[in-house]
Amino acid sequence: MTTRTTPRVRGGVGTSVQRPDGEPKVKGNFAYASDLSSEDMLWGATLRSPHAHARLVKIDIAPALAMPGVHAVLTQDDVVGAPMFGQEDQDQPVLCDGTARYWGEPVAVVAAEDEETARLAAGAIVVEWEPLTPVDDPEIAVEGGSTFRDMRIRRGDEAAVGPVVVEGFYETATQDQAPLGPEAGFAIPDGEGGLDLYITSQWIHVDHRQIIACLDMDPDQVRCHPAGIGGAFGSREDISLHIHIAMLSLATGRPVKMVYDRSESFVGHVKRHPSRMWYRHEADQDGNLVKVTVRLIFDGGAYAHTSRAVIANAAFFAVGPYRCQNVMVDAAVARTNNPPAGAMRGFGAVQTCFGAESQMDLLADALGLDPLELRRRNALGPGDAMATSGQIIEGSLPTIAVIDALESIPLPDPIASDDPLLAPGGTGLTTPVSTVVRGVGYAVGLKNVAFSEGFDDFAEARVVMTTAGVEVHTAAIEVGQGLVTVCQQIARTILGTDRVAVVWSDTSQIGSAGSTSASRQTQMTGGAVHDAAKGLRDQILSVHGGDELRDDGVYARDELIATISEICADGPVEHHVRFRHPETFPPDENGQGDVHAGFVVAAHRAVVDVDPELGLVRVVQVDTAQDVGKALNPQAIVGQLEGGIMQGMGLAVMEELIIDGGVIRNPTFTDYLIPTFLDAPDIETRIIEEGDHWGPFGAKGIAESPTISSTPAIVAAIRAATGRELTRVPVRPSDIVGI
Amino acid sequence: MEPVTLTVNGATRRLFVPPQRTLLETVREDLGLTGTKHGCELGECGACTVLIDGVPILSCLTLTVNATDCEIVTIEGIGSMTEPHPLQRSFGEHGAAQCGYCTPAMILTAKALLDRDPNPSEETIAEAIAGNMCRCTGYLSILSAVAAVTEENQ
Repeated sequence: MTTRTTPRVRGGVGTSVQRPDGEPKVKGNFAYASDLSSEDMLWGATLRSPHAHARLVKIDIAPALAMPGVHAVLTQDDVVGAPMFGQEDQDQPVLCDGTARYWGEPVAVVAAEDEETARLAAGAIVVEWEPLTPVDDPEIAVEGGSTFRDMRIRRGDEAAVGPVVVEGFYETATQDQAPLGPEAGFAIPDGEGGLDLYITSQWIHVDHRQIIACLDMDPDQVRCHPAGIGGAFGSREDISLHIHIAMLSLATGRPVKMVYDRSESFVGHVKRHPSRMWYRHEADQDGNLVKVTVRLIFDGGAYAHTSRAVIANAAFFAVGPYRCQNVMVDAAVARTNNPPAGAMRGFGAVQTCFGAESQMDLLADALGLDPLELRRRNALGPGDAMATSGQIIEGSLPTIAVIDALESIPLPDPIASDDPLLAPGGTGLTTPVSTVVRGVGYAVGLKNVAFSEGFDDFAEARVVMTTAGVEVHTAAIEVGQGLVTVCQQIARTILGTDRVAVVWSDTSQIGSAGSTSASRQTQMTGGAVHDAAKGLRDQILSVHGGDELRDDGVYARDELIATISEICADGPVEHHVRFRHPETFPPDENGQGDVHAGFVVAAHRAVVDVDPELGLVRVVQVDTAQDVGKALNPQAIVGQLEGGIMQGMGLAVMEELIIDGGVIRNPTFTDYLIPTFLDAPDIETRIIEEGDHWGPFGAKGIAESPTISSTPAIVAAIRAATGRELTRVPVRPSDIVGI
Repeated sequence: MEPVTLTVNGATRRLFVPPQRTLLETVREDLGLTGTKHGCELGECGACTVLIDGVPILSCLTLTVNATDCEIVTIEGIGSMTEPHPLQRSFGEHGAAQCGYCTPAMILTAKALLDRDPNPSEETIAEAIAGNMCRCTGYLSILSAVAAVTEENQ
């Protein structure tokens, strides 16, 4: 992409410009969904299933309706439109349809004068259940043929053999996105039978489609507005309370607000799929991969959500960023009575990266090779074929460059023996610091960017020039990652003015920007803004002549020939774009084909200190080298890398939703631990810029990479320190003690 | 309903609240100061932190009736529209707010630290803010933002 950059503009691409929503956020006046209110509003609350699997025999809402202050109690009988919703498959009832299929499934919703009354009323509903045996083991579900999708990849020769063989079985636990802002939404009736919904979402148009179907309303009767989001990480890619608040608002004719508490949030959104992975790697004596055989079982829980795409990603990235001619993958995502799984940062590639990178370390060990040298020998690069799909890598893929850059980062000093805060377990450490062992581990991770397998993936943006400045209109969701800043920077650079505002539009004002997921918005909405701004510039230059746009107008050979007022003499001028990435295709019956739009690679090195007596781990430092294509905003990139590494560390050593018979046993921050300031490792980052073949200025989406290979790097470091196999994450103290 | 008198961001507020009402609910719902956030209602995440008599307190675990006659400061009470608190400016400059949900509480906790120790070490900053969770940033940009406004670095 050859767009001339205009050096005169402030805050253009390549600079660490501050985010425009930073000011309201630091001042506390950024409006999150949970902050919205009106004088006449009601509060909503949800009654949920106490069983993982049960038949609803009888429900009596009368006791709740009889309570003073209660205005509505709704069940599945009150759903007037499509009874089911779902992003890919419409398989989940809006409210329990006679069978509860997971613990915490919504059964009824209530609207009342205040929050407390609403919750008490939900509890006053009398339900008679007939408990059924839950299917809580995904292997049993798969054996019974109960799956959302089965994937089969056959590439090369199934009979190929390599002289050096390593095998392993790996497991990853259920991880929760644990965004700090719980689910919240606000519905306002418009007085004409329609609604304005202020919701948290990662893809507001796909939410809108599901909402209007269940309400049986026309698209223009429901306007979905993006409300401020307290973190997402995949948890807001699927519907939670959206349809419920709409129903309550329509039933009462009043604005309705609903906010989940933390425990409800843990059951109210999808999670990262827990996985079981069987791996066999065969290599020649030089360490070249000859054949990789993989079997994957992911637990998708009770409803489909994005499980079909997740298992495809897991399968396609099951080998990692390496060449291999012979690859066999059998993957299945099971339908069980466990809490539904769906999108979380890394989206399937996280799990298989843990399996594949653990295998690469085993292989390096078997060959007596340095683990990074083994990875270099097999590194996937431009022009190579993906090991799984056979797709030829177009654009950039600096696998060796990220490994080299990572290795050049200096290692940290040994533990300072006198400060308990620097020891595993902190001041709780009861063993002498001299017994603490240090380990270093590495991992490299590969991920696709944007939607795959032939999905019609697009993003719309409209760039408008007014006398007051430039407006970028988009429905792309800002979840905190900094898209708003990047859109500004792109428009500034192309239009030569720093007066650019991003205007969030509701679903009636602009078409879909697609999902804020799959690391796609920098390239997709960024690409749309880039092309719309360029189209606008070309349009203005063709009308007025000249060769350049600047803050005050059109210039020809450094001379102002048309002012902004003249450009906008007949009103604002605008250009609208629907941007698409290079076409992708569904895989054939052997999982072969050009299924992905682009690729991004990263490498991580972890340094850990382990107290072998108590099994405590302190992650001292995690360094990374990241392929970014082109760094549009270096500060925002570093923010994504540091935050993503912290979530990868959470999966490596802390975070696990304990699910027992389908019941979540630890749905609080008391028992589900996410890293705090004192858990945070030091992080050194290296940014590798090799422009990609599509996307604004060659930039790539990078937000998932840090969560992918950080986890296996940390586990590799713990293995190096302890000598333990450690085939399951998170690693627990009980996996380590007694060495 | 119990009568309480609170001083919030310098203004005296007299109101009647149910005895079980938390200070978080009072600040957000009764006083409309929504910069204070609800995150976990169990005192684990720190998003509801306010300053009571200069000390960071979890408002979700504090009953409003117990805060009577106290000086309460929320995020809305530091800095002004035209002149933000140095911590507010620094958080913006260092990219320390991504989704921003933890940010008001982080800033208040850091302010309490700097008010009692204008030159904390990085370890002291980390320890002081350890009760405030952030899911986005990985904390390092927050550390940089606070360290930049110590007396020494100003």
